[in-house]
Amino acid sequence: MSDAGQATAGALQVGFIPLADAAALLIAVDKGFFAAEGVEVALVREVSWSNVRDKLNIGLLDAAHLLAPVAIASSLGIGHVKVPIVAPINLGLNGNAITVSPALYAELAKAADGDLANPLASAKALARVVAGRRKAGQGPLTFGMTFPFSTHNYQLRFWMAAGGVDPDDDVHLVVLPPPFMVESLASGHVDGFCVGAPWNSVAVALGIGRILHFSVDILQRAAEKVFAVRESWAARHADALMALIKALQKASDFVEVPGNHREVANMLARPDRIGVEADVIMRTLQGRLPVVRDGAMRTHSDYMLVGRDGATRPDPVQAAWLYAQMVRWGQTTLSKDKAALAMGVYRPDLFDRAVKSGSTAASLPPDHIGAFVGPAFDPAEIEAYVNAFPIRRK
Amino acid sequence: MASDSPVKIVIVDESPIRAAILEEGLREAGYSAVHHISEMTNLLATIYAIDPEVILIDLENPRRDVLEQMFQVSRAVRRPVAMFVDQSDTASIQASVDAGVSAYIVDGLKKERIKSIIDLCVSRFNAFSKLQDELERTKSALEERKVIDRAKGILMRVKNLNEEEAYVLMRSTAMREKKKIVEIAQSIITASDLLK
Repeated sequence: MSDAGQATAGALQVGFIPLADAAALLIAVDKGFFAAEGVEVALVREVSWSNVRDKLNIGLLDAAHLLAPVAIASSLGIGHVKVPIVAPINLGLNGNAITVSPALYAELAKAADGDLANPLASAKALARVVAGRRKAGQGPLTFGMTFPFSTHNYQLRFWMAAGGVDPDDDVHLVVLPPPFMVESLASGHVDGFCVGAPWNSVAVALGIGRILHFSVDILQRAAEKVFAVRESWAARHADALMALIKALQKASDFVEVPGNHREVANMLARPDRIGVEADVIMRTLQGRLPVVRDGAMRTHSDYMLVGRDGATRPDPVQAAWLYAQMVRWGQTTLSKDKAALAMGVYRPDLFDRAVKSGSTAASLPPDHIGAFVGPAFDPAEIEAYVNAFPIRRK
Repeated sequence: MASDSPVKIVIVDESPIRAAILEEGLREAGYSAVHHISEMTNLLATIYAIDPEVILIDLENPRRDVLEQMFQVSRAVRRPVAMFVDQSDTASIQASVDAGVSAYIVDGLKKERIKSIIDLCVSRFNAFSKLQDELERTKSALEERKVIDRAKGILMRVKNLNEEEAYVLMRSTAMREKKKIVEIAQSIITASDLLK
């Protein structure tokens, strides 16, 4: 009780990056779900994931909207100071897309011997384009992603490697902040990128990019953003944490009601929230996106999951899969201890204590991931899983 | 790297004034090889061309995530970069984040040197914020002064007062209503505009 009292004495500082999957957090503030649970939250809009990580780590932020792999990297001390983080509730699953320039799309279409909508066909087409460019003495293609420890990095790598493209040797992968993705594609600085909503749609609307794949084509159910707190904070503010989880679950449920989409989109469109057109956010919530300007719409009910289908409950298997990607791409080494630590970042126990009747996962893939290639993922056999992929860092 | 070669430092900052303040501080402390980057496109390529030991970047710069890539093993990265300070030195991290600056240090630089650079960075960044606050205060004081002068003119004209009487009237009204004199002056101007 004293902890909750302490928490309400001053507003909790919660960081976020302006992206569609901050929806539950932003709505929990703007629709009063936090207030109803007795917690006062002050939102802090940040410009970089590094800032969110550092401010969370040193305590300038109490909690944050965070890339799931950053929570794991921070807990393992990879690339940075080691600060144990816990994720007691997901803010979103899926929601990313791979967008390419019209020029690259045309090259892929010419090189493909199957439907480009099939990620294996598109990845193999990319391999041919890469080989053709090398033969012609042209420089490598460049792809943008948002952070070294990001789902975007891993999804992009997973996809292209399936077609035989080595993401470190055959192309350039560069980190770009999401708002700069679009201008980088327009200027030809990158040939494609993997980013979250709404930036793919912005590129499509400008006619400078074409959505090649939704991330759900690559992984049926992919970890994306979590609500993150320091492990030490969670221990000291147990009651406040319960209140936060409850409020976020209610906000997630609210976001998912189709009748609320317009109101949610209008709220998120505000300049101090996400700050892009309400219609673009609306389409993200509906999973109904134009993939090319003045062209086809594509609808996928699982394009982005906020509260539906058990999406909020942290699944340690997904944390283990992210750790497996860090191992596959040489960001860290393999050990049973690290795998256990990574899985321990995800805290379904805390979630279950706060949320008594969450929605259940109706469409859960058998291995909880549902990747389009490769063996089924087993968190107990990470080494075998990683070794099953011919392209990896050794 | 020979131990007596100058430490190459890159400052990534879109504020030319703050960068200049920091650069001056570093030069005074004996760090002569300081480069300022204000052009953000191809940031990594620019940095690799300079090949610095230390990179300083302000926290308001969204390109900071671009620098994180330097930790990665990849073809684009030629030289691994370590995190800015020792794991145990959280006080330094705290101070720099508070001040709004982050430092990236290439592996192998001596610890004492890192510490002195970061300390300098923090104090210069703090000095800059203080300067900026002062500038803001001076600016708003000037604005207030203009508002009060205008209101005084209106009172002198409408109520036939001299300058001092007009000022005293505003001040006593402000005291009675527990408001700032500039607020009273603003309402006089608003009222006068409405009644025009």
